[in-house]
Amino acid sequence: MGPGPLAALLRIAGSGVARRLLHRLVQILPTAFGAVVIAFVLLRVVPGDPAAAMLGVSATPESVQALRAQLGLDRPLWRQFLEYVGGLARLDLGTSLAFRAPVAQLLAQALGPTLLLALGGTVVSVLIGVPTGVVAALNRGKPLDQLVSILALVGVSLPVFVWGVVLLVAFTLHWRIFPASGLGEGVGGTLRALVLPSVATGMFLAGLVSRITRSSVLGVLGQDYVRTAWSKGLEPLHVFRRHVLRNALIPVVTVVGLNMGTLLGGVVVVEGIFARPGLGRLLLDAIYARDYPLIQGIVLVSVLLTILLNQLVDLLYTLLDPRVTA
Amino acid sequence: MALRGYSGGWEASAVRRLRRAIRGSWILWLASGFVVLLVGVAALVPYLHLADPFAQSLERLAPPAPEHPFGTDRLGRDVLSRTVWATRYALAVGIGTVAVGGTVGTVWGMAAGFSGPFAQEVLSRLVDVFLAFPPLILAMVVVTLLGNGVFPVVVALSFGIAPRFARVARAVVLAVRVQSYVEAARAIGASSTRILLRHILPNTLDSLIVLGTLTVPTAILTEALLSFLGIGIVEPTPTWGNIASMGQMVLREAPWVVLFPSLALLCTVLSFNLLGDAVRDALDPTTSRGVWMRRTERAELEVEPARLASRRIPAG
Repeated sequence: MGPGPLAALLRIAGSGVARRLLHRLVQILPTAFGAVVIAFVLLRVVPGDPAAAMLGVSATPESVQALRAQLGLDRPLWRQFLEYVGGLARLDLGTSLAFRAPVAQLLAQALGPTLLLALGGTVVSVLIGVPTGVVAALNRGKPLDQLVSILALVGVSLPVFVWGVVLLVAFTLHWRIFPASGLGEGVGGTLRALVLPSVATGMFLAGLVSRITRSSVLGVLGQDYVRTAWSKGLEPLHVFRRHVLRNALIPVVTVVGLNMGTLLGGVVVVEGIFARPGLGRLLLDAIYARDYPLIQGIVLVSVLLTILLNQLVDLLYTLLDPRVTA
Repeated sequence: MALRGYSGGWEASAVRRLRRAIRGSWILWLASGFVVLLVGVAALVPYLHLADPFAQSLERLAPPAPEHPFGTDRLGRDVLSRTVWATRYALAVGIGTVAVGGTVGTVWGMAAGFSGPFAQEVLSRLVDVFLAFPPLILAMVVVTLLGNGVFPVVVALSFGIAPRFARVARAVVLAVRVQSYVEAARAIGASSTRILLRHILPNTLDSLIVLGTLTVPTAILTEALLSFLGIGIVEPTPTWGNIASMGQMVLREAPWVVLFPSLALLCTVLSFNLLGDAVRDALDPTTSRGVWMRRTERAELEVEPARLASRRIPAG
């Protein structure tokens, strides 16, 4: 890629990256606090009694009362909220009823694999989406363009589980190339176990990325500075890399950033299919067991994660577009 | 038929553009045909003389054959019948979510754009917060709280959809409320309600129609994911997601159990997506025309100006 990215990195470091990060963190605080409030409220407006729902139909009034006391549901709402926020400040998210372990500890264990899979899905979507989008744009109106466009639309229209199930059967049962479940051992094993879930997670976003890349490249190709670059007699590859691709990728970054929440949703389904212990797997277990403290913790972490990932992707702007300062 | 030659009227021309687009493209033609078919099938499914979708039999995992064109599932139920019946639930969820989430979101967004500065800030912040939740995870939790079934799923999906409508409605309201005709209406003493209903709502309609059309496939897809995970609309009610979920376990012996509901889902979502793109083009005359795909990315790029504008870009 030449000196471009490196120079950009140095420029960012030189202009106070820490201050910028801090600025961004302050900016997302209101949203994050709102998410905390909603995660709290959501599990307290359950029709009926959450304690009774957790214990099921065979519960006695005494056991329901005991659980209410244990969860603090018998106290006034404002006190529950203060205790909840106070707990958050100490990273104490309560105790999981199903796993009989601190929620924070369970979340910490699940976070790594989930982040890895989210990263894998993003990489797959960019690796597939950007080249296909570029090819489609350069062959505008030709059969290849139409083919890519149709495939991209199919990609956006296929549910995650179809990819998951098909890949699982094809490459683990039929050809036995990849492991069917788990996280794998060692670096090689981890990567091998990551391939199929990443592809399954990334295909939806790949379709989106491909469509955006195509229209974005077409937009940039029509710009005056590109015409100028051509007419100066610059090498086509140079024009394409320095002038077209770099500018065309900016909307792609936006779309990837905006879809981090959808990506996390895909991760949940894929973790279920490939039996990968992660946030999604944990959420499913928590939901099946009606483990409300754990559900609340996962909801909270998933929102905060979405907000953070979104901001992280946004920071990439500064790498791509020197005009953007915030 | 006095209006036969009448060519003015903005909506009329939008409908005409849509019709022309559909006539000019065999893919759109196919997509709209499929949507019409879906609606017809959903309405008439009891009269189609299909096998009982709930009747179990000993013919388990039977491959496709004349008496069971899509084969049977693990409990010996007819997959064709279940797949066709599932159309009803998919459409109910898709349309229900647009109705509930769209209405709530529109009111929310109009309130956010039209109220005083404090309420406006709170309501807008609330939109941001809800948009930050991963839609599927939010829906999973809400369904868990409300219980299974079509209506809980519609409500759960609306939690993710409403803020999207609110964002669009708010943006339009903010743009329109400073227009001189709104000022004029206010000057002659029109009430806020009247201004909202007569002057602002009509202006939000085309953006909301586009969003609504594209929300249907999103809702259907998300419902399928929920049902696949066993928490949306659950067995024995047939939905494409839960048929596929059951089929997943027997995929090697009986691939048809996953194949047919997935195909139905794919064709449905694809058709609605294509139509949504076409509706967008028809309602937005500024987008370029050409092959059906050429125009589709416009709205996905619509976020761009707003986002870039919020950054400080030095002039020059």
